[in-house]
Amino acid sequence: MKCTTSSRLLSAIALAVIATTASAASIKLSCSGLGQELELCKRNAQTWATKTGHQVQVVATPNDASERLALYQQVLSAGSDKIDVFQIDVVWPGLLGQHLLDLKPYTQGAQSQHFASFIANNTHAGRLVAMPWFANAGLLYYRRDLLEKYGEKVPITWDDLTASAKKIQNAERAAGNDKMWGYVWQGRAYEGLTCNALEWVASHGGGTIVDSDGRINVRNANAAAALRMAASWVGTISPTAVLNYAEEEARGVFQAGNAVFMRNWPYAWSLAQGEGSAVRGKVGVAVLPRGATQGGNAAALGGELLAVSKYTRNAGVAADLVMYMTSAAVQKERALAGSFNPTQPALYRDPDILKANPFMGELYGIFNRAVARPTSATGARYNQVSNEFWNAAHDVLAGRTKPDEALERLDASLNRLSRGAKWN
Amino acid sequence: MELTHTATGVTPDGSPVPAARAGLSAQRRRRAWWMLAPMLVVLAAVAGWPLLRTIFFSLTDAHLSSPERWQFIWLENYIGRYGLVLDPAWWGAVGNTLVFALLSVTLETLLGLGVALLINQPSRVRTLLRAAMLVPWAIPTVVSAKMWSWMLHDQFGVVNHYLLQWGLIHTPIAWTADPSLAMFAIVLVDVWKTTPFMALLILAALQMVPADCYEAARVDGVPAFTVFRRITLPLIAPGIAVAMVFRMLDALRVFDLIYVMTSNSRDTRSMSVFVREQLIDFQQTGYGSAAATLLFFTIAAITIVAMRVLRSREADA
Repeated sequence: MKCTTSSRLLSAIALAVIATTASAASIKLSCSGLGQELELCKRNAQTWATKTGHQVQVVATPNDASERLALYQQVLSAGSDKIDVFQIDVVWPGLLGQHLLDLKPYTQGAQSQHFASFIANNTHAGRLVAMPWFANAGLLYYRRDLLEKYGEKVPITWDDLTASAKKIQNAERAAGNDKMWGYVWQGRAYEGLTCNALEWVASHGGGTIVDSDGRINVRNANAAAALRMAASWVGTISPTAVLNYAEEEARGVFQAGNAVFMRNWPYAWSLAQGEGSAVRGKVGVAVLPRGATQGGNAAALGGELLAVSKYTRNAGVAADLVMYMTSAAVQKERALAGSFNPTQPALYRDPDILKANPFMGELYGIFNRAVARPTSATGARYNQVSNEFWNAAHDVLAGRTKPDEALERLDASLNRLSRGAKWN
Repeated sequence: MELTHTATGVTPDGSPVPAARAGLSAQRRRRAWWMLAPMLVVLAAVAGWPLLRTIFFSLTDAHLSSPERWQFIWLENYIGRYGLVLDPAWWGAVGNTLVFALLSVTLETLLGLGVALLINQPSRVRTLLRAAMLVPWAIPTVVSAKMWSWMLHDQFGVVNHYLLQWGLIHTPIAWTADPSLAMFAIVLVDVWKTTPFMALLILAALQMVPADCYEAARVDGVPAFTVFRRITLPLIAPGIAVAMVFRMLDALRVFDLIYVMTSNSRDTRSMSVFVREQLIDFQQTGYGSAAATLLFFTIAAITIVAMRVLRSREADA
């Protein structure tokens, strides 16, 4: 079985080598269909095809990320070559890694031009299984006009944020703006809450749930303090309905001018500054605050990657497509046309990009310090870990459990599902 | 029964049959088997084989990401240290399923009985009512679940809109997100959807009640409620029992409604949702199969018990 697989692989590589030199290959590429993503993806892929003489076919996949993951897992575990190049989420390398091709032989050192945090995230069992395509990180959006009006500074610590939010919220409400809230974020029980809660915990020096060696380290006083702080916001500076907010609900409140602060991903910038936005020209972006005594700023790392299936018949050609799509030229084009954040530090000094997206200069520092969700240590069980973590956090936020109890229970269930921190 | 008797060439009373007749019946028996064969093959392929595979996988540590690598761990998935029996998440799902099944079936039976009694009154609009009543039952569950989750939405939902307008509440209620309300909302939607089914089955039972019983009661001047309690109810009880068993079996494997309305939330997750989460989201082929197997045997056991009870009742009657 193993023998035939590896010989098939060898012949696939041999074929690919022949293909690159002799005949045109047809590559099937899956990219997300959200907004202008699909159009840009098609355009870039077509440019590559014209240049190299190969063909690219863009495969439609579900928009919902978990549905897409389920589809990928089925395609890949069947060993199918239906899709050659996959657009994958930043948390999936651990889940899909064993089905993906090691890209190191094809990169010619190009990975050194990308953020090191991404390359580390994309390395699964010593193999580079994906190339970063565009980046995302948790950001603090604030109302510049309101901070100026009340003489508040951009918050450095979470305590500053809480105090400013409370002060401005109360003052605005007293002035008749009774829909005003201090801070909106993502509190629904889903992957987004894992990002939010990980930011609170990591910025308090409470670790990243599971450390890089696979040890479960979430049961500590700093993590409990972080969750206690977040729970205290619910119903005071954040609406109770925040427990059911995802990105778009939070953006809805902020963009309507009804919140002082918001935690969200970079995509909200161009929308908040777009036409018809009630807060156009009044918004600022900053690094998320840090804990008062311990820890530093922490923004959850997000983004999308491109990977090549191990079962492709045209590994060389497919890898070439990935290298083209993640190159500086294409990333610049995508940054200009669609505000997609490049994954190459050099592009954050590019005057054209900075002119089109003034906030990207501030993002540079954030990506360098972003915290990755514990995907590489937990491997195929990341989904379960994240699910346990967001459920524990949600229980605390909803006031059903005390932070210490929730973390104790989380520790027990993580030990349970990792079979005693063994993770496989 | 008849098949086996004739096949042995012996009549039911034990005396041998003439050879020609035996040959004929053997031929008929063979033909019967040939006729049945396609259905048996299809059943074995679409029900038997997957079931056996599921039971087989439940004894292994298989993982969907590498389905070819697995080893037997026998009952570890069930009674091991990390097995289902010790998994609070599984028991949470079992509890949710039972609460859902009991609440929804009880409410549906009561409401269905009421609706059936109303419709059973001779009236010109009865046919129209009967058709109109079936609308919720005719809508696919996923569609009605989605429809209701929009109606119950905390920001754009019509339910909150009117409750606010009428001054019954001051802040919108997050029906499907609030852990204490989510199960209530799901039961509500299921009752809305399935009451027509119960009503129809009970109506059928009502129409089987002989009219002369009622006539005799009317002649004797028996009050209406006593008629209902002493005549109607005992006579339709078997019909109601069958309908309840059907609904119970359906409710125990509920999936679509809960999955669409509250996804994988712990507060409302049913056994089927738990199984899907393990198999698809977590890729735990072995563990998920074990849960699916337990679910199957639970429902099979309840079916067998219910059939026994119903049959012994029939025998009594």
